[in-house]
Amino acid sequence: MSNYRIQGATGEWEVVIGLEVHAQVSSKAKLFSGANTEFGAEPNTQVSLVDAAMPGMLPVPNRECIRQAVRTGMAIEAQINAWSRFDRKNYFYADLPQGYQISQLYHPIVGEGQLLIEADPKGGIPEDKIIGIERIHVEQDAGKLMHDQHPTMSYVDLNRSGVALMEIVSMADMRSPAEAGAYVRKLRSILRYVGSCDGNMEQGSMRADVNVSVRKPGPITEEHPLGTRTETKNVNSVRFVMAVIEGEARRQVDLIEDGGTVVQETRLYDPDRNETRSMRSKEDAHDYRYFPDPDLLPIELDDAFLTECRDSLPELPDAKRARYTQQLGMNDYNAAQLTAEVETFARFETLLAETSSALGKSESDVATQVANWTLSVAPGVIKSIGDEANLEYATSAAQAAILKMVDAGEVSGGQSKEIYEIVLKTGRDPAEIAETEGLKQQSDSGAIEAEIDTILAANQDKVEQYKGGKDKLFGFFVGQTMKAMEGKANPQVVNELLKAKLD
Amino acid sequence: MAPNASCASDKLRANGFYIVTDLTNLGVKAIRDGVASGEFTAREVATGFNAAIEAAAELNTFIVTTPEKALEAADAADTARAAGKPLGKMGGVPIGMKDLFCTAGTQTTAASHILEGFVPQYESTVSANLWNAGAGMLGKLNLDQFAMGSSNETSYFGPAKSPWRKEGSNTALTAGGSSGGSSSAVAARLCPAATGTDTGGSIRQPAAVTGIVGIKPTYGRCSRWGVVAFASSLDQVGPMARSVEDCAIMLGAMAGFDPKDSTSLDMPVPDWEAALDADLKGKKVGIPREYRMEGTPQDILDSWKQGEEWLKDAGAQIVEISLPHTKYALPAYYIIAPAEASSNLARYDGVRYGLRDLPDGSGLQDMYAATRADGFGDEVKRRILIGTYVLSAGFYDAYYTQAQKIRTLVAQDFEKAWGECDVILAPTTPSAAFGLGEMQSDPLAMYLNDVFAVPASLAGLPAMNVPAGLNSDGLPLGLQIVGKPFDEQGVLNTGLAIEQRAGFTARAEKWW
Repeated sequence: MSNYRIQGATGEWEVVIGLEVHAQVSSKAKLFSGANTEFGAEPNTQVSLVDAAMPGMLPVPNRECIRQAVRTGMAIEAQINAWSRFDRKNYFYADLPQGYQISQLYHPIVGEGQLLIEADPKGGIPEDKIIGIERIHVEQDAGKLMHDQHPTMSYVDLNRSGVALMEIVSMADMRSPAEAGAYVRKLRSILRYVGSCDGNMEQGSMRADVNVSVRKPGPITEEHPLGTRTETKNVNSVRFVMAVIEGEARRQVDLIEDGGTVVQETRLYDPDRNETRSMRSKEDAHDYRYFPDPDLLPIELDDAFLTECRDSLPELPDAKRARYTQQLGMNDYNAAQLTAEVETFARFETLLAETSSALGKSESDVATQVANWTLSVAPGVIKSIGDEANLEYATSAAQAAILKMVDAGEVSGGQSKEIYEIVLKTGRDPAEIAETEGLKQQSDSGAIEAEIDTILAANQDKVEQYKGGKDKLFGFFVGQTMKAMEGKANPQVVNELLKAKLD
Repeated sequence: MAPNASCASDKLRANGFYIVTDLTNLGVKAIRDGVASGEFTAREVATGFNAAIEAAAELNTFIVTTPEKALEAADAADTARAAGKPLGKMGGVPIGMKDLFCTAGTQTTAASHILEGFVPQYESTVSANLWNAGAGMLGKLNLDQFAMGSSNETSYFGPAKSPWRKEGSNTALTAGGSSGGSSSAVAARLCPAATGTDTGGSIRQPAAVTGIVGIKPTYGRCSRWGVVAFASSLDQVGPMARSVEDCAIMLGAMAGFDPKDSTSLDMPVPDWEAALDADLKGKKVGIPREYRMEGTPQDILDSWKQGEEWLKDAGAQIVEISLPHTKYALPAYYIIAPAEASSNLARYDGVRYGLRDLPDGSGLQDMYAATRADGFGDEVKRRILIGTYVLSAGFYDAYYTQAQKIRTLVAQDFEKAWGECDVILAPTTPSAAFGLGEMQSDPLAMYLNDVFAVPASLAGLPAMNVPAGLNSDGLPLGLQIVGKPFDEQGVLNTGLAIEQRAGFTARAEKWW
């Protein structure tokens, strides 16, 4: 249970949140036309006759969009409806050429599902929580109005008109901004794993309608139901989603405690002022006159199609995280970090495989080393040299070669960073760098032993004190040895030799 | 008819005359075969029809004429023939195109003000199929605005007039609707054939009142891509001509699967022309008892009875059948069709093409209101209002959902009937042509024109009008044949049997 509460004059309030996430389907073509969907093109250059709703034009469903919605549904363990249908949502607006949006009201393609948000006690999520998902339906995006092109007129850009969206409707299961934030991040992660949406919120590939209501804490019953909700439209970042919830919950509590009532309405978020304002109330709400689109046949999915969708699903975040901790012996933190983003785990898994084969060790034996390298060492080096890093040189082969030298004791942790830095700047071979630049540590016990003998001989007093029980002096001997070896001695070998001589 | 015409032409040519108007008496097959055999050139044919159209402005059948396009296609056919290349199914045949089909480079209006001046950059699939088959375009034919109407009187460009008149009367009569320009032009020999569209009878009813043949094929047989939509689940296009065989030929050129239309039938197109056969031995013809409606005029009932006799003569067995939900079909149709239309016509908003009324200082809502108020005629507005109403929250279940249930029941009536018969024979219309203006003040009476046509539309079945004779006023009456899904052949064959026995050769005396 979330312990998030709004403190009001009359006591504590609970906030109830449901999200409708609009995710643009990753497909080359639009939902019902062959027009391109690439972001950032010149206005009205990606518009087919269908998208502009020319007379007599007809929609033809793009199978790939259907497939991606089904795969997404499967990824949230949802019921897939083998029979679904498109409906028309009728309303007039200049960015909606047909005068209706083709959507799915009555028979969505994906039914109930769920996703897990992980406990994050520091982030305000005390324990793992399942968030229910009511449905996913597929629909067309509208175009865009541009109000800044002409002093008295608005311009219309139809590039987005007809682009396929999945509307993913959650249940009202979230109880804090943190949970809502985690939900959006997790959903985004799943979409990106599946490859059904690029999750790019800045470009509008993902945006959320945020439904918020407040109530006094306690079980939901007939006597103590949910409060009246407001819906804030088109919120396009996790941070804004959380800000909208905080602000809107506060507004509603203040309103109620001042003797007012919350009205069901649509609101807009202004990120510059960090506040929402009313767009239209329920009374002005459109009557969308939904009815089945007579230009389209029902979508019927056969077993072969469903099997292909299922078989094409990758390992999903939860399963991957479990495998990293259970099979690769990774700690929870590393597993969570590595599995959050597609790019991260992809880099990690490639390097893991490469390193495992380079070292001739099992993946689980090298997983921790590779995880630390991927999450901490490598990003640190890249960050330290900034623009000088040419990431084309950041091949898994080069990195595995460095890790192999580390593993063999030829190169110290510090040296590995220096080598990687040169790799990133020049693309040179790591082994050659280690050799040429003198970035190798001494593991030759003979040479080290000789230095140790010299040091021990020169510090007989300290040797006596150590033997007399002053254990801390061990560090002194290590330091002296390393200094004598110009920092290039393998610390492990130094330790072993010193122990053998002193103990 | 054809041999005489061509002989006359030959004789005239031999004598150095160049009168080609007589070629306008020819139908599709006669022209196609005559051009192919070299009896006359396609250019002569096109020239003849162009002249006939020019002389018939009084009928108001065409919204725009495209004589140069007809000549261009004709020349292409003549050139192909001279080069020894095979001509298409419609090679050298000029036709009229209902102005509901988008034609690249030629204004397409749906007989509305809102699309006046709209010139598509694209060609509808069906018209493209026809041009590919060698047909040429004489012009764009008048119709009821957005195909909504049964008299052609809702056209923004004024009604097409029928070439027919009651004996001893000069009153202008309807050519039917919505394909009234098509029916009038074909009946008046302004073109050998024309395209039509049929949502609730818009091919069959105008064909019936002008004494020509018109077939609405199975829903999905012809692509709707590029045809201005009225009611998507009902709209179907088809040919209108003066013989069953001509319709079979032209339908063959129009039909076919179109991946651009999701509701298009992915089935091979049979060679209907080749398989025409008027021998109905072993066939059962159903007579639906519910079509004997109260108030149906005696001449309609008589012509229906006559049709039965002809079909018996052709070897068919007549069986009485029941289509119990017939009386609910018309009300259901007038919910479903306007509902779809109200949504289909939302795109005419003044934003991207067509009419835009932007009063000084007005905003988007004002522009919508002004454009649509000015751009749509009364009947179109009436249907948009009805459609908007029946889809509204609180009314949807009572109207739209109920209507869809009725639609299912009507379709089931037919499915049951197919257990007892192969085709159904019925009247096409409840009366012969009426005078222009007579029914305009009574929309419901106008809607009743579709009473016999609508059930087959709701069920998506192939249905045809074939002329049966003249009534006592000297006006044509038609018979309707409805067939099983995909069985256009059965419908055409039954029509052919009637055509052969009816011997309908009457034509309107030229007054225009």
